[in-house]
Amino acid sequence: MSKRHKSLTGLERYNRVSQPVNLLFSALMILCALMCVIPLILVISVSLSKDRSLALYGYQFIPHEYSGDAYMALFRSNSEIINAFIVSIVVTVLGTISGLIFNSLLAYTLSRRSYRYRRAITLYITIPMLFGGGMIPFYNVVANFLGLKNNILALILPMAVSTWNIIIIRTFFQSSVPDSIVESAMIDGASQYKIYRSIVLPISKPVLATIGLFLAFAYWNDWYNASLFISNKNLKPLQYLLMEIQNNINYLREASKTASTMGTVKIPPESMSMALVVVIVIPIACIYPFFQRYFISGLTIGAVKG
Amino acid sequence: MDAMRHEADTGTQSAQALAQTKLRRRKRGGVQGSHNRQLTILALPTLLWFLIFSYLPMPGLLMAFKHYKVVPGQNFFQNLFRSRWSGFDNFKFLFTTPDAKLIITNTIVYNIIFIILGATLPVLFALMISEVHSKGLQKVTQTAVFLPHFLSWVVVSFFVFAFLSDDKGFINQVIASKGGAKIPFYNSPKYWRGLLIFVSQWKGIGYGSVVYLAAITGIDQSFYEAAVIDGASKWQQIKYITIPALKTIIIIQFIMAIGRIFSSDFGLFWNIPRQSPTLVNVWQTIDTYVYQIVRGGSPSQIRMGAAAGFFQSFFGFVTIMIANRIVTKVDEDSALF
Repeated sequence: MSKRHKSLTGLERYNRVSQPVNLLFSALMILCALMCVIPLILVISVSLSKDRSLALYGYQFIPHEYSGDAYMALFRSNSEIINAFIVSIVVTVLGTISGLIFNSLLAYTLSRRSYRYRRAITLYITIPMLFGGGMIPFYNVVANFLGLKNNILALILPMAVSTWNIIIIRTFFQSSVPDSIVESAMIDGASQYKIYRSIVLPISKPVLATIGLFLAFAYWNDWYNASLFISNKNLKPLQYLLMEIQNNINYLREASKTASTMGTVKIPPESMSMALVVVIVIPIACIYPFFQRYFISGLTIGAVKG
Repeated sequence: MDAMRHEADTGTQSAQALAQTKLRRRKRGGVQGSHNRQLTILALPTLLWFLIFSYLPMPGLLMAFKHYKVVPGQNFFQNLFRSRWSGFDNFKFLFTTPDAKLIITNTIVYNIIFIILGATLPVLFALMISEVHSKGLQKVTQTAVFLPHFLSWVVVSFFVFAFLSDDKGFINQVIASKGGAKIPFYNSPKYWRGLLIFVSQWKGIGYGSVVYLAAITGIDQSFYEAAVIDGASKWQQIKYITIPALKTIIIIQFIMAIGRIFSSDFGLFWNIPRQSPTLVNVWQTIDTYVYQIVRGGSPSQIRMGAAAGFFQSFFGFVTIMIANRIVTKVDEDSALF
């Protein structure tokens, strides 16, 4: 066995690309990797710069004068930002939980081969992948017909369910939950709800973690629904606040005016908006590398069979 | 007599058997029936979700053919069904504006470019990653290029702004430090087609290459061993083993992207150029056009927006159906339905 392994690596070594090609590829890859990370580094160093040095030298990779003022200001003087933080966290948590429940419930029913309406429901959830009412009717249904304007549900419900996630979970249920277990539970008189809760869900932690992270990132990153449905400033999530800053650079200047009349820290606007970007990105950047394996497996399930 | 009794006997026997099977069937039907019922109850919340958020907006497409009027105190559907029919008037108005041509050409031209790049760059990138000697470098690169995928377009717009800002942006700082004149990027349309294409690939390549990398690692190594023994060069191996193994996936991704040719990645076009009015000809697509109308359009604009939305939904449906039909011919398992 070990001998065979050795000979394989020998072959692999023989079959590798030549050293110059390897160097070229490595250089290109390092370049790609840097291009993806460098903007974040620039934003971080702007957020850590003193406003005076930004005024003099602009945005630089190495701050001329370091300062944590932007972060202090973010959390001290502007209650709107802290509020948005809370909204984002609440929406992310509730959205992820409700999304997991909605998606996995339907995925479970579709994974039961004996279920009578399986084909009909599959068709029912496939049609929206092909055809939709579009933005204007969607907006009118949610804002006007359901009356969810300035309601936190407008940030949670529209993103909770997706056919794609249902298919990924269903595929996992079908391949990883043995039919024999479910059938014997049925013979023992267990209800479908009990089977779903006590047998299927505990076995399916990997796929639920994957979809849960997909959902959590989607909710954390959402600005679109907020921009359509939220105008009440108490319900704005972080991403939407950031979008408003982008739309209106003066926003922070206004905020700093009110803050300074309140006698708090002087707010450095540019570094502050970049600090807000960093605060939004850091949780994602810290979490995703550890779950990349799961994301990739989730993506490839989706790609292999829809 | 005997025969008659015999007949009666068999008659009762068969009647008994029939009753028994009936009983059994009812019992089984009962269990299966109750399970069907339970499963339907479990499915109900999600089915309701689809009804509300996917199906309810569909009749709203009729807006495109109506002289849609908002009457205060009435809900969307009351307004919709009480507005008078206007035939194709909304479309006529839409297509007399210069916007119509702009949004349709922009949407399609960007998508054609994205489709071509999407079918090549991630494949090349996956090939490169799989050939590099250092496993560590493979992993680090893959993780790094995945980062942009997890960022929102709003966040990315700040990344871009940090480089391109007119007065303080990094690039203009470098230009200024070399004594050149600063470039007002957010007012210079000539840079933005390239920039938008670059940013979209930057964000998408990590995600795009995942499928190909998984496929490459899934190829049976003995093919390569046999090829090496036969004296095949690396290039020949890629050409005759790797690429053919990826061919189906490439074709399917390609066709599916064509199926989405009438929709654009809204966040990219809306956030990255920061809605700069001087760049509008570069970033305006069907989606940004309709979005602006949703966020505050006049009644006549709303009618044109409804027409544009109908155009997008209808042709989007047609192209997806065609694409799916073709995919079914290439590889039945990869079809959407």
